[in-house]
This record gives sequence, structure tokens and C-alpha cells, in this order.
Amino acid sequence: MSMGNILEVKNLHVSFKSYAGTVKAVRGVDFVLGPQQTLAMVGESGCGKTVTAKSILRLFGRTSGEISKDSSILFHDEELLNLNKRKLSEIRGGKISMIFQDSMTSLNPTMRVGKQIAECIRLHNKISREEAMKKACDLLRLVEIPNPEERLKNFPHQMSGGMRQRVMIAMALSCNPEVLIADEPTTALDVTIQAQLIDLLRSLRERMGMSVILVTHDLGVVADFADYIQVMYAGQIVERGTKEEIFKDPKHPYTWALLDSIPNRSQPRKSRLYSLKGTPPNLLLPIEGCPFAARCRYCMPVCKKQAPTETSFSDSHRVNCWLNHPMAPKDVRKGGGAQ
Amino acid sequence: MENTKSYVPCQEDFVIIGCDDAATEQMPPVSLTYWQHSFRRFKSNKVALVSAVVLLLIVVMTIVGPLMSPYDMEVVDLSQRNLWPSATYWFGTDQLGRDLFSRVWEGGRVSIIIGLLGSLIVALVGCIYGGVSAYFGGRVDNLMMRVVEILSSVPHLLVVIMMSIVLDSSSVGTLLFAMCITGWCPVARLVRSQMLQISRSEYVMAAKVMGVKPLTSIMTHFIPNTLSIIIVNITFRIPGFIFGEAFLSYVGLGVQPPATSWGALCSAASLNFLFYPYQLIIPAGLIALTMLCFTLIGDGLRDALDPKLRR
Amino acid sequence: MSQQVLFELNNVCKYFPASKKRVVKAVDDISLKIYKGETLSLVGESGCGKTTLGRTVLGIYPKTSGEIRYKDQSTDHMTSAQKKSFQKENQMIFQDPYSCLDPRMSIGSIIEEGMKVHFQMSAQQRQQEVVRLLERVGLPKEMLSRFPHELSGGQRQRIGIARALATKPEFIVCDEPIAALDSSIQAQVINLMMDLQQELGLTYLFISHDLSMVRHISDRICIMYLGAVAELGEADEIDKSPIHPYTQALFSAVPQIDDQNWSSKRIKLEGEIPNPINAPKGCRFCTRCPLAKDICKETPPKLEEVRPGHYVACHCWKQTGRK
Repeated sequence: MSMGNILEVKNLHVSFKSYAGTVKAVRGVDFVLGPQQTLAMVGESGCGKTVTAKSILRLFGRTSGEISKDSSILFHDEELLNLNKRKLSEIRGGKISMIFQDSMTSLNPTMRVGKQIAECIRLHNKISREEAMKKACDLLRLVEIPNPEERLKNFPHQMSGGMRQRVMIAMALSCNPEVLIADEPTTALDVTIQAQLIDLLRSLRERMGMSVILVTHDLGVVADFADYIQVMYAGQIVERGTKEEIFKDPKHPYTWALLDSIPNRSQPRKSRLYSLKGTPPNLLLPIEGCPFAARCRYCMPVCKKQAPTETSFSDSHRVNCWLNHPMAPKDVRKGGGAQ
Repeated sequence: MENTKSYVPCQEDFVIIGCDDAATEQMPPVSLTYWQHSFRRFKSNKVALVSAVVLLLIVVMTIVGPLMSPYDMEVVDLSQRNLWPSATYWFGTDQLGRDLFSRVWEGGRVSIIIGLLGSLIVALVGCIYGGVSAYFGGRVDNLMMRVVEILSSVPHLLVVIMMSIVLDSSSVGTLLFAMCITGWCPVARLVRSQMLQISRSEYVMAAKVMGVKPLTSIMTHFIPNTLSIIIVNITFRIPGFIFGEAFLSYVGLGVQPPATSWGALCSAASLNFLFYPYQLIIPAGLIALTMLCFTLIGDGLRDALDPKLRR
Repeated sequence: MSQQVLFELNNVCKYFPASKKRVVKAVDDISLKIYKGETLSLVGESGCGKTTLGRTVLGIYPKTSGEIRYKDQSTDHMTSAQKKSFQKENQMIFQDPYSCLDPRMSIGSIIEEGMKVHFQMSAQQRQQEVVRLLERVGLPKEMLSRFPHELSGGQRQRIGIARALATKPEFIVCDEPIAALDSSIQAQVINLMMDLQQELGLTYLFISHDLSMVRHISDRICIMYLGAVAELGEADEIDKSPIHPYTQALFSAVPQIDDQNWSSKRIKLEGEIPNPINAPKGCRFCTRCPLAKDICKETPPKLEEVRPGHYVACHCWKQTGRK
């Protein structure tokens, strides 16, 4: 596992200043990304998955996201957090690129897509306009857009949502990135288009040999596409493992809740779904004990007193929950959906 | 598994107690109405608050200022012409020997009243026009909006100058009338677009499904949701009116002597600006300061009232 | 099927003017029945007209042609008293938990809005009723004086449900009520809706594109494509043996989390949903259909009853139904 990791995130803390106080959005996240892996970050909105993904490229826009001093993000053993602006923008879009959920606002509405892609290529490579245009055309063909020569001349609003998302992917791929961060890439799209895009991303990953970080709240997409999954809650990773481990042998009550809240074919129709009560903890306040304790069906006194530490079940499968303590009751999970 | 922290869990700690369902439904700690919330935000905006205080001071001075000075604004004293500011005449005197201190505040009263009244009238007319246009929609809307377009394509100042010439009088009333006659067009457009936006919102649709009568819907949904935008717009429009008045008075179409305003004061002082700059600087500075205050307050209000900027 | 028919739609059309002489056929010649006490789901990709149909049924959009019968009576010629009881008995739940509540109104006044129109009640009675409704949807009564911006998405959606319940309706159009919510909150809202249906005998027209949820809660499913019904039938039948190639593709495109081997045996659909302004002449689905023949490009298929209660609009259903 440890050899040849492309990306290594250690002890990442990110906070935002708002007028109500400091929001600690990410509270100590560690993970590694190996070559040609797909790592999915799943969780509810506000759990810090998008912030984690954006902090890799420090893409906080105008909001004052602050990454704490002892955090570390290593890309091929190079510290990304110490890079200056120029170096960082070389990495951004070059070695690591990102696609977003909202393809309409991520593309420039006043520029033809061909030109946008060509500009993007020319930012990182010194080639002529014509060559860049030709490459843009190849990229559109790569992302399976029909008649790319024609499409180059289109403006973003002339394309459908699925097409725009493909253009975004083409732009992200323009410099053969090693890592592609996809932030909810299919959320706004219809199922058939979503399926097309996931197939596309999967085949591109094979062909270009890149690693993918997939940020999503849709467990279906994860099941379809990811190799490794980390489940996030209140700015922390509560469970991580391979896809098989998470879906077939989940160990954290939050993962159980996520899986059980999705209707399942084996369940009788109109049976009650498991639903989490309450809301995630307020990230403005410090969290005592396990962040999930207040909503957990299997909460124990210890959970409110102290945060659990990570227990390993295999090289990849690690869980942050007191239920895995030797003193804890065994096999508490009763009934419920996915086995 | 070791615990590095001080607490060592014991067997009693590992009993499943589950979660307390009722306690987990999070309630907002304090409840603030929309306006209370907005007021809080406005208060936290230092710049806007300082502007509000400065503006309040100016307004108070326009009311009590003339009373503070022992000299009447209209009394001409030719022996005391063009005096520089001093202990007796705080802002000096003009070329007819009138006390500038009382004149500046008297003039300020006229300027601010024109600013406030003008923008209120414009807002009222604009709201009614825009509201009617949005409510009826279709052909009526189309026609009414074309009228607005035609009116607003006529140069604003030209209309004002023509009006004051046609009406052949230069009272405050005429001035206001002339400035309002086309001034309501942008407000009408704004109100119309806001109304259309609200009418497409899902809560208005819900009211429609429930059979709420249109008039009730207007009172409960449309007006409260448009109000904040109108308030901000009024605040932003006041400086325009103050400046418009000043400009018209400066070119001689505004307030006539012996009445005065900041614009008229500037106009009179401009002749001798090189010799007696204080005569121009004081009223001009006050115009600028008042306009700046209103603009900054408007900025603050917009930030405080705009729900989109709210967390 | 001896159930009571609540709504009967006969050849309902809703066209929107797009430009000169051109119309968008958002809903084109749809006939279906909604039975009392059932959950009928409208499913389809965005732009297929499912939201328009839902709104047309409630009369928010006036229909272009056709007939909507409510309780055996045409909705065209209702007296004002009938109209009022129609408005009382039919409600709607909206998709966007942020724009469906007026930001300037307190939760209490949002919920009592409908009561004021339909019931003669004192302010105190209304207050009691609002508290009862709040508790019914699982919210504390202190919520009464709060404002929408202070609540979370799931809480807002439950307020939307309480508002719809306030007039004691029989039929509720649920326009993508869970699309904007997190999955754990979705389950909460769906549970609440299922409970309410059992308790109050509600009828739902459930508009959604989330197939796994639709499969779970509906009695019957209606698949729409470009303004027309592609397939309509009992949920079990549609789920286990879909006939229309579009339905098959749609259901196979849903990623399965309980699939043992995650194999992608999905039917891949090429291309995207065409622009409804120039919809294909024959079968609307022919541009993307893997089975398209010449006849599909020429004549639009009729909705045929292939099994009792199972309707399909496809020329090739005999081929696909075997599987």
C-alpha cells in the first residue's frame, strides 16, 4: 500500500470564518491515494467531503478557508501546502485537475467551448493556437461527444447538462492529469446520462491511467465506480475500506444508517426505511466524544465521553467506533438492508 | 486498544443506550424575525453605522442649526460682506453679508427634504405602476413596459429643464414634480421584475393551490417580500435627488432667493471661488458627505436585507 | 380493479408557446386514472413533462385540451363552491425546500394559511391545529414562531407537508419532494409520507426521477418520455418485467448497491432526450431506442394494454416482453 502513493493527506484541518464564528469543517482527515485507484468520499451535505477535496488544490475562492499549520498534503512527496501561487497553479489543472457539479457556472458562458479547452491546454503547454484547437477536438472525441468539430464552436448554453459535463471532463483531462478530483459530477443529471458519464469516467481512468477522487453523496454511484470508500461525518472519516468491505461488511453505525436509508429490492414494498433522527452536529462548536453519538442507535455512555480511535480490520478497512472495542457488545446490528 | 487520553473506559461504559429521539431534533436557539435579523446585520456593519450617525447629525443640524446662530439667514448686512469664518460668523458670510452658518443649514433642510420626498414619491408611483403591470401581465404588461421604456429613453435632465421652463416657476414643488416625472421608471421595472420572480416561486404556487385569494396573497407574500428591495432602492435614490436639486439650482433652475439650498449656495459662491473658497467648500462638502452617507447606508441595508447573502 | 377513481385524465394536452407558431408539447395526449388511496408515480428524465402534468392536474396550469374528471365530474365547469372544495381536497408538496416557504412568514402562519381559507376557526383553534400538525410531522411546537431560514432542509420539507395537510386533503401531488435532500433525510420524509398515507387514506401523485425510491413506495408507476406515457402498470410488474425499451434502460441505469457483483449489465442508452420543440415524428423514443425499426420512425405507437392493467406504447413490445 505505502509504496508509490500519489497523494498523501495527513491530519488535515480546515476552518472557515463566518459571522457566527469559526466553522471547523474538516477535523483531522488522513488518507492516501495510490496510482489508478478510485477513492470515493461519501457523506451528507456539510460533512466536509467537498472541503477536503478542494483543499487539495486550495480552491476556496473568496471564502476564507484556512488550512491549519500542522496539516500536510503530499503529492509525490512534495508538500502542496507550502507551494507558492505559481507552482500551485502549475499543479492545478496540470497534474491534478478537478471537475465540479455545476457545469453551467464552471464554464465561461461567453466563450466557445473549443476556445476554452484550447486556452486551458495552452496554459500548461507551449503550443500554437491551431495545435491546441486540434487537441481540443481530440479531447472532445475522447469524451465521446458526437461531431466534435461542430461542437467546438458551440457556446456552453447551447449544450445539454450531460454534454457540458463532458466538456468539463475534457478540459480537466487536457494535460493528462495524474489525479482527477470529481466533485459530485453526476448529481444534477438524469439517471441515463449519469450512467453514460460513469461509464465514460471508468473507461477514461483505464485508458489514461489516472487516479480519481470521487466526492458524492450517492452511494449508488459509489458502488458503480469506486475501489476505496471513505465515509465522512462532521469533518472526520468514520469508516474506510474497499468497496466490498464497506458494502458487505460495514462496521460503523453511520454507514449502516446510510445503507439502510436507501430502499432495497429485497425489502418489501412500502416497508419503513431506516432514517437518521436529528441533524449533524454544529461545526461551530467543539465536539466532545464521538460526533455521531447524538444520533446513533447504538450509542453507549463511553461514546459521549471520549472520541473513539481507529480500529483496523484489514489493511484497508478501518473504523472509528467504540462498538469495536473488546468490551463492547457483539453483533448489535439487527435486521436492516444490505448484507 | 490503548487510550492515550486520561479517561480509561470501564465495562459500564459499554451498554447500548441508543439515542434520545426527541433531544436530537435541533432547534434554532433564538428566534429572530426577518427584520430583527436584518437589523442585527446592519448593526454589525461599522461603515454603515458610522454613516448613519453622521447623517443623523447632519439632519439634526438642519433642524436646530439655524436656531443656534444669532443671525437670521435672510438679513442682509452690507458692512459684513465676505467675512472668513470666525467666532462671530462660524461659517463666515456671503457677498451680501448674510450669515452662512444659518444659510447652510436652512439650505440643507431643503436639499434633504427634496431628496427624501422625491425618492418616496418615485418609489410609490413605481411600486403601483410596476405592481399593476406585473399583476395583469400579458398585453397590459407589455404596453405598460413599452411606455416605461419610452419614458426612460428621454434624457432625464432635459425633461427636468424643460419642465421647469414650461411650468415657469421654480418652487420646491415644481422642482420635485420635474424630477419625479421620469424618475419612477427604474423603480417600476425593479418592482415588476421582483413581483414576477415572486409569482413564480413555489410558496405563491402553494397559496394558489390552497385557494388563497389574489389580494390576500399580495398582502401576505408579495408586499413583504418586495419591501426590502424597495427600501434599499429608496436609499440609493436619495443621493441622486440631492444631486439633481443641487445641479438644477446651480444652473439657476432650482430654488430661488431668498430661499436657498446647497446647490444655490454653491452657485452663488462659485463666482468668487478663488477669493472666498470657504463659501463653496462648505456646502459642496456637505452635499458630498450627505450623498456618501446615503450611499453607504444603502450598501449596508442591501447587505443586511438581501436574503441571498445571508448564511 | 374495483377501486374508486379519483382523477380521470382523458387525452390531456398542455402546450407552451415557444416562439412564433411553435409549441412545446410538454404534455401530449395523456390518459390515465388515479385511484383513491394509491401512490401513482410519474417517472422520467428532466424535460419529460412530469412536473407539468402534475401541475395541470391541479389546475395550476390551464390545460390546452382534453378533459380532467375529478370524482366523476369535469373540472372545466365547476361552481365556485365545487372549486373551493377541489382546492381544499387537493394539495401539493414542492421540490425546493428553500423556495417553497415564504421567508418573511413564521412557520405558524405558513401552516395556517390554508386553514384561514377553508375553515371557520378562531385564532386559538388554528393555533392548536398548527401545533397538532407540527407534532404530527415530528417537529416540536416551539417551531411555531421560528422562521424558514432557521431550519434545515429536512425540517422545511416537513413544514411543507404540514402546510399541505392543513386543509385536510385527500390527494397530494408530490413534486420531487426528496430530490434536494440527503439520503438519510430522504428516508425520514418518505417514512412520514407513507405513515400519513396509511393514517389518512391519502392518494399521492409522486413525481420523481429517483427510481429506487419510486420502486419502494408506489403502487403503480407511469413512465413518461417527452410528454407521453411510455409504460404504465403495477409497480411490481414494471419493476420485474418492464416491457418498453426505455423503461428497461432506465431501470438498468440505476446503480445497485445491493448487487452482489456490481457487474454492469446495464443497457446503455445512446444520446440524450431530444428537444421537445422538434420531437421525433413517430415513436418519440426512436432516436435512442436500440430496437428502432422503420415503423417506429413513421407512426407513433398507441398505448396498448398488454396485460391487465399494464399499458405500453411500443411497436416492438412483443419482442421485449418475452425476457
